[in-house]
Amino acid sequence: MTAAFRTTAAGRLKGAKPVSFSFDGASYQALEGDTLASALLANGVHLMGRSFKYHRPRGVLSAGAEEPNALVGIHRDAARKTPNVRATVQEVYDGLTAVSQNRWPSLAFDVGAVNDIASPMFSAGFYYKTFMWPKAAWKSIYEPTIRASAGLGVAPDRPDPDHYASRYAHCDVLVLGGGAAGLSAALAAAETGVRVIVADEQPAVGGALRFETGSAIDGAAGWDWAQATAARLAAMDNVRVLTRTTAFGYYAQNMVGLVERVSDHLADPGHDLPRERLWQVRAKRVILATGAIERHMVFDGNDKPGVMLASAARTYLNHFGVLVGKTIGVFTASDSAYAAAIDLKQAGAAIAAIVDLRDNPAGALIDRARALGIEILSGRTVVRASGNLRVASMTVRATSGGPERTIPVDALLMSAGWTPSVHLFSQSRGKVAFDTATRRFLPGDYAQDCVSVGACNGTDTLADTVKEAIAAGEKAAKAAGAGKAAALKLKAETSESWAGGMVGAAPGAGPDTSGKAFVDFQNDVTAKDIRLAVREGMRSIEHVKRFTTNGMATDQGKTSNIHGLAIAAEALGKEMPEVGLTTFRAPYTPVTFGALIGHAKGRLFDPTRRTAFHAQEEKLGAVFEDVGQWKRAWYYPRAGEDMHAAVNRECATVRKAAGIFDASTLGKIEVVGPDAAKFMELMYTNPWEKLEPGRCRYGIMLREDGFIYDDGVVGRLAADRFHVTTTTGGAARVMNHMEDYLQTEFPHLDVWLTSISEQWAVIAVQGPKSRDIIAPLVEGIDMSDAAMPHMSVREARICGAPTRLFRMSFTGERGFEINVPADYAAAVWDAVWAQGQKHGACAYGTEAMHVLRAEKGYIIVGQDTDGTVTPQDAGLDWAVGKKKTDFVGIRGLKRPDLVAKGRKQLVGLRTKDPKVVLEEGAQIVADPKQPIPMKMLGHVTSSYWSENCGRGIALGLVAGGFERMGQTLYVPMPDKVIEVEVVGQVFFDEKGERLHG
Amino acid sequence: MLLIHCPYCEEDRPELEFRNAGEAHIARPENIAEISDEEFAQFFFIRSNPKGLIYERWRHIHGCARFFNAVRDSVSDKFLMTYKAGEKRPAVKAGEKA
Ligand SMILES: [Zn+2]
Repeated sequence: MTAAFRTTAAGRLKGAKPVSFSFDGASYQALEGDTLASALLANGVHLMGRSFKYHRPRGVLSAGAEEPNALVGIHRDAARKTPNVRATVQEVYDGLTAVSQNRWPSLAFDVGAVNDIASPMFSAGFYYKTFMWPKAAWKSIYEPTIRASAGLGVAPDRPDPDHYASRYAHCDVLVLGGGAAGLSAALAAAETGVRVIVADEQPAVGGALRFETGSAIDGAAGWDWAQATAARLAAMDNVRVLTRTTAFGYYAQNMVGLVERVSDHLADPGHDLPRERLWQVRAKRVILATGAIERHMVFDGNDKPGVMLASAARTYLNHFGVLVGKTIGVFTASDSAYAAAIDLKQAGAAIAAIVDLRDNPAGALIDRARALGIEILSGRTVVRASGNLRVASMTVRATSGGPERTIPVDALLMSAGWTPSVHLFSQSRGKVAFDTATRRFLPGDYAQDCVSVGACNGTDTLADTVKEAIAAGEKAAKAAGAGKAAALKLKAETSESWAGGMVGAAPGAGPDTSGKAFVDFQNDVTAKDIRLAVREGMRSIEHVKRFTTNGMATDQGKTSNIHGLAIAAEALGKEMPEVGLTTFRAPYTPVTFGALIGHAKGRLFDPTRRTAFHAQEEKLGAVFEDVGQWKRAWYYPRAGEDMHAAVNRECATVRKAAGIFDASTLGKIEVVGPDAAKFMELMYTNPWEKLEPGRCRYGIMLREDGFIYDDGVVGRLAADRFHVTTTTGGAARVMNHMEDYLQTEFPHLDVWLTSISEQWAVIAVQGPKSRDIIAPLVEGIDMSDAAMPHMSVREARICGAPTRLFRMSFTGERGFEINVPADYAAAVWDAVWAQGQKHGACAYGTEAMHVLRAEKGYIIVGQDTDGTVTPQDAGLDWAVGKKKTDFVGIRGLKRPDLVAKGRKQLVGLRTKDPKVVLEEGAQIVADPKQPIPMKMLGHVTSSYWSENCGRGIALGLVAGGFERMGQTLYVPMPDKVIEVEVVGQVFFDEKGERLHG
Repeated sequence: MLLIHCPYCEEDRPELEFRNAGEAHIARPENIAEISDEEFAQFFFIRSNPKGLIYERWRHIHGCARFFNAVRDSVSDKFLMTYKAGEKRPAVKAGEKA
């Protein structure tokens, strides 16, 4: 069955396959090639949504991307529910399910429409004024209620199952827009042989030729020429034609973001196709051929379903073969609407009248309309459109006032003229200039290597457009390095005219009138709201915009900005440019997060780094924690153990026998060269010149301001070679810090820096049995205390593999760190593990490592320090070379604030009740009874249950901490106050005898 | 995304490969241990933050890893020129491409 409003008199879908779709549960027929909007109109359905604030019934305004009204939800399945889809953009496929939004219980009967009656309450600035107090109510009452009732669509509640592709592309000439201008420019550029990309947002190129049936190019009907040209371009090796592709953002140096809708129009996209593809195109030259957008008329009731742009009605007829009504009124100030009336009349619709604001419209189109017997009411205005869910009449009077006449209509076409689409030009940071004669903003000063052609440049006739575009295409190609010139000539003829136009409210919607004359349909902003904003003191369009929200909806004011500006300018008694045009920002139309994210989600969101021992640790049942990008073994629970039990066992085992730990994630940097020691002297607070090869030292790195930046054990392998370790998190920034100084401050030093973090895997073996475990595996060195004391390093072999064997400890026990090349790591781990089993060793994770080091008072940079802690504050003054004359931070350390009394210092905290474990981050006070807000002395930086000490242990930064030894301080918590005693940092083996034990 | 000319690679590369490293031509005093608090403050804390021409350091961190200097317009974001670390501060006028 043919839909009731489908005509055979016009349209390009003849013979297309019929498909069916549903809207709010009702089933309809469509033709392949329809948009949801054209398909609904073909079925006589104009009511497609409810407005944002007043819940007013709305139909389509446009036939394109500028649509502010017909926003619907598209539901493919439970996980694929896309809200706020423009019905004018969504192509129909067989089985498409669409639902209306922002209505309850139904689109035709919506309870929220009471907002329309109560609308005096909801004038501009309403939100700012009404929901000010009480503050708490905003979160609990106002915001949820406002969001629920003034909503757009409902966000999907499941993860997006689709995938999105992403591509980078480079070209010589990028043409944005595939209308007559864009295609002419692309062809002119392409024929020189340069690489061209041309993108158009529609499923097929053509632009305004989609509805302008009065144009011919190169002897063919405009539309046919466009399709043939696109095919010709697509067949060229140096050209890529992208349709369904929107240029949404113009960034620095001709980087343009495009989003290609790959499969939203397909009934069954399958799993192989991405839903969308993001193109990031870098072009030598960009040609903007983005066309123009028709403006609506601002009058009372201009939002009734059935009231739409003249060019939209013409598109529905000439492209889709759909009549938007049977008795159609036209309200215009521009010639172009006459062409719509003529086409509709010839297709069999009755034209009730053309109401033209102009007193004496003249020209060929006007003559033709008159010849067809269409009544032309010039010098008149429409003061009101009436009707409930669909426009039923227009009320007309002379622009100067006087008696009214009501004319029945079932559709009302409007045209206030055309607004050049300067969005992308503006995004490129070009400055628009106001053309006083035509009262429009046109591209002025360019900021990038681009050029505008055609309607977006204010070029009104087809012949001029084509000529301008060809010249621009050739020039861009030449600038991009084209070797040859193309001599493209295209003959363009047209009976179309875009003469005329107006901006602002129509006569009859002036300051003295009541009624709702909408400027911004999507945000429900009326002419009255804009005048109110001016009355309330807004002077700049930026203020008016924010006060009224005009142009701030997702349509970015494509139809409303200029009207809003004109009304504000009139109210202010100023010229439009004095009030200013808001800057257009990306995206031009809404872009899905999916397209921007591409493949960077889930597992691919961020690289995962696994150490060379990861498989071994998994086999041992490790629970992993994320440390930056690393997966680190956190603890190794055995059957029946929770984390607490596992960590307690691991900590006890290390001190009783030994523990095996993966220390591979520590940053490692090799500092090599004749001046390596000199460089180390500058980068670390400690002295290095006299450190003997084969020995190690704990080093502290400062920033120039004197604060601790990083720390780690450094081994001197040879006079000119240091093996530096850094914290896990600091690996990259320490390397950067060193490179910075070496390249820019100390370039005279003969030193090379190499990151070796990934090359060496590290097994720490810590505990009284550590030497017994590894000695049998090590070849070629004497591991006795005399030959290899604490803090020494040897190059040897282990299990036949090369090793840098450190004797060092982060547990306070005798300990070793075996560095082996990552490729040998697994085999060495297995051997060490087998040995460990003979001596009662266990594997321990990062949690036990933290407890063991805290028992010894060893700090973790970034946990016990926070970028405002000096070595003195941390109790590490011994590591600062007092005789040194220079190192990074030497001067910072002497700053008055850094040597002042009362600085926060790192101390131990013993809870009076040994069973209590403090919370890290908890605040510390001297008197818990003082009034709130209390004077805080510091906070807890590290806190654990220590099985080895049989009590909770903690470190904290406390003001004047070193002078408070033995004092009782308090940690106020929500439910209690915890008493603590200030003690030294070391809780276990204070004399450090076990390092050698 | 900007294109940045690395003076070591002698190529225009996308901004993603680079990292800004603050204002250029602020030399660490050779006698830093002896300078006054005022001099230290000037050296360490005070930056010019101009509207217009800005001399700044960049690092081609995901490329050759070299630090270099650039003259950029802080209004338009545009690079006027880049040059190697250690080279003299060039005299460039706003709006002029060096
Ligand atoms: Zn480079």
